[in-house]
Amino acid sequence: MNRRDWLSRALATAGVLTLAACQRAEQAGQRLLVSAEELTRRAQRLIIPREALAPEYDISEISDDFRANGSINPAAADYVALRDAGFADYRLEIGGLVERPLSLSLAELRARPSRTQITKHDCVEGWTSIGQWSGAKLADLLDEAGLKPEAKYIVFYCFDALTQTETGPRYYESIDLIDAYHPQTILAYDMNGETLPVPHGAPLRLRVERQLGYKHAKYIRRIEAVESFDHIAGGKGGYWPDRGYEWYAGI
Amino acid sequence: MTEFAAEASPVTPGRSPVRHADRPLPGGRTDTYRHPPLVRISHWLNVIAVVVLIMSGLNILAAHPQLYWGLRSTFDDPWVAFGTIPNWVMLPQGRNLAEARHWHFFFAWVFVINGLIYLAYGFVTRRFGRRLWPTGADLKGFWPSVKEHARFHFPKDDEARTYNVIQKLTYVTMILVVLPMMLITGLSMSPGFNAIGGILLDLMGGRQSARTLHFISAALIVGFIVIHVGLVIWTGLYNNMRAMITGWFVIEPSTRKDEGGAS
Repeated sequence: MNRRDWLSRALATAGVLTLAACQRAEQAGQRLLVSAEELTRRAQRLIIPREALAPEYDISEISDDFRANGSINPAAADYVALRDAGFADYRLEIGGLVERPLSLSLAELRARPSRTQITKHDCVEGWTSIGQWSGAKLADLLDEAGLKPEAKYIVFYCFDALTQTETGPRYYESIDLIDAYHPQTILAYDMNGETLPVPHGAPLRLRVERQLGYKHAKYIRRIEAVESFDHIAGGKGGYWPDRGYEWYAGI
Repeated sequence: MTEFAAEASPVTPGRSPVRHADRPLPGGRTDTYRHPPLVRISHWLNVIAVVVLIMSGLNILAAHPQLYWGLRSTFDDPWVAFGTIPNWVMLPQGRNLAEARHWHFFFAWVFVINGLIYLAYGFVTRRFGRRLWPTGADLKGFWPSVKEHARFHFPKDDEARTYNVIQKLTYVTMILVVLPMMLITGLSMSPGFNAIGGILLDLMGGRQSARTLHFISAALIVGFIVIHVGLVIWTGLYNNMRAMITGWFVIEPSTRKDEGGAS
C-alpha cells in the first residue's frame, strides 16, 4: 500500500466516522429539542391547578365563521352509513381498563349530566374561533365505567381518516387523567345551541379546553382507558403526535 | 464617572490585580474593562435564542400568515395578511410547523432562563442602575445627543466609558419592555396558561390581539437588531466585538479625532 492509497483510505474512514458522528449528534440534538416539551408540560402541571378553568366567553362573542379544520366530511363507509341514518344507530363504546364497559346511544348520553360552555378554540396554526359547546361530562362517564387503577390515559378513536380513504390511518388522540377529569372536558353533541354539525365532528367530539385544537378529537367512535400508548398506531398517543407534533398541546 | 472611579480603584494589596482596572495603551488610548463574563455569556446566548426564535417563529407564522385584533379570528377581515414567507428566513428550512414549534419552545426556555439570570445579576449587583438607568442629566442631554448621532458623531474619551442617553433608553426599553413582552404575549397564547392567566389574556385584548402583539414585539426586536448591528459595525466592529468577547474595550482619546480632522 503506497502513501496515496493509505491517505485516501484514511480520509474515507475519517469521512465515514464524521458522518456517523454527525448523524448521532443530529439525533441527540433532536432529542434535546423535544425535551423542552416535557419541561413545558411539567411546568404547566406545576403552576396550573388541576381544576383551573379555561376562560369562558359571552354569547355575543361566538364566532359566526367558526372554522372547520382537518376532516370535515369523513368518507369511511361505517361513518357514512351512520350519518345517513341520522346517527340513530350510533353507540359510543367505552372500554379498555375499565370495570364496566359501556355502550351508550346518543339519547342515553344526553340523559347523563351535561355541561355547556362558551370557549375559544386555538388551532395550532394560530387562529382562534369561539363556540358554545354542550355535552356529557367525561369524568361522569369514566366514573360510571369505573377506571381500573392501571389506567393512565384516555384514548379517543375516531371515524375519520385525513387521507379521505377507507384504509388511511384513522384519527385518534389521547389525554391524561388530569385533563380527562377536568370539569370542562366534555363529549360535545351540541354546538352553538344546535346538534353538532358534521364538519365539526358529529355526532360527538371531545372538548378539552386547556389544549390546542388537534386534541379535540372529532367523530369519536370508541373510548379506551389504557396504561400506555406504545402499542397504538405510531406510539406517540395521537395522529398528529405520531407526525411530530407535541402530545402535550397546552402551549 | 463615579462608576469609573470605583472600577479603576487601585489594586488591593495582597490580592491579584483587579481585572476592572484600565490598561494604558500607546497613543493615549486606554483599554478598559467593560463587560463582566456573565453579561457576555448571556448576551451571546440571547443572540442565539433570539435568532432561532425569530426564524422558527416565522415558520410558525407561515402556518396561518394572517393577523387579527381581538378575541378571535375574523377570517374574512385580517388586519394584515402576509404572502409566502421565504425559506431562507425560516427554521427549519421549508414549512414544518411541528419542528418549528420544537425549536421555538426549546429556545423560549433558553431565552427565559438566560433573561432571568441576567436580570437578577443586573439588579443584585446594581449594575443595571449604574450602567443602564438614565440619569436626570442624561435625559436633559437627549436632544443634543440625538443631533450628534444624526451626524454620526459618537462619544470619544471618557464619554465613551458610559452608555449615552440614547443607548441607555434603547437598552432599558428592550430589556424591560420589548423582550419581556415576547414572553408575556407568548404565554397569553397558551390555552393551558390561560386557565390561570386569564387576566393577562384580557389585558392583551384577547387571543388574537396577543398573537398580533407577539408579532409586533418581534418586529421591534428585528428593527433593534438591524440598528444595533449597524452601529456596532459603524463604531468599530473589531473593538466592539472584542469587548463583547473578552470584556476589554479600547477608548480613543478625543485629541486623535481632532488631529485626524486637521490633517
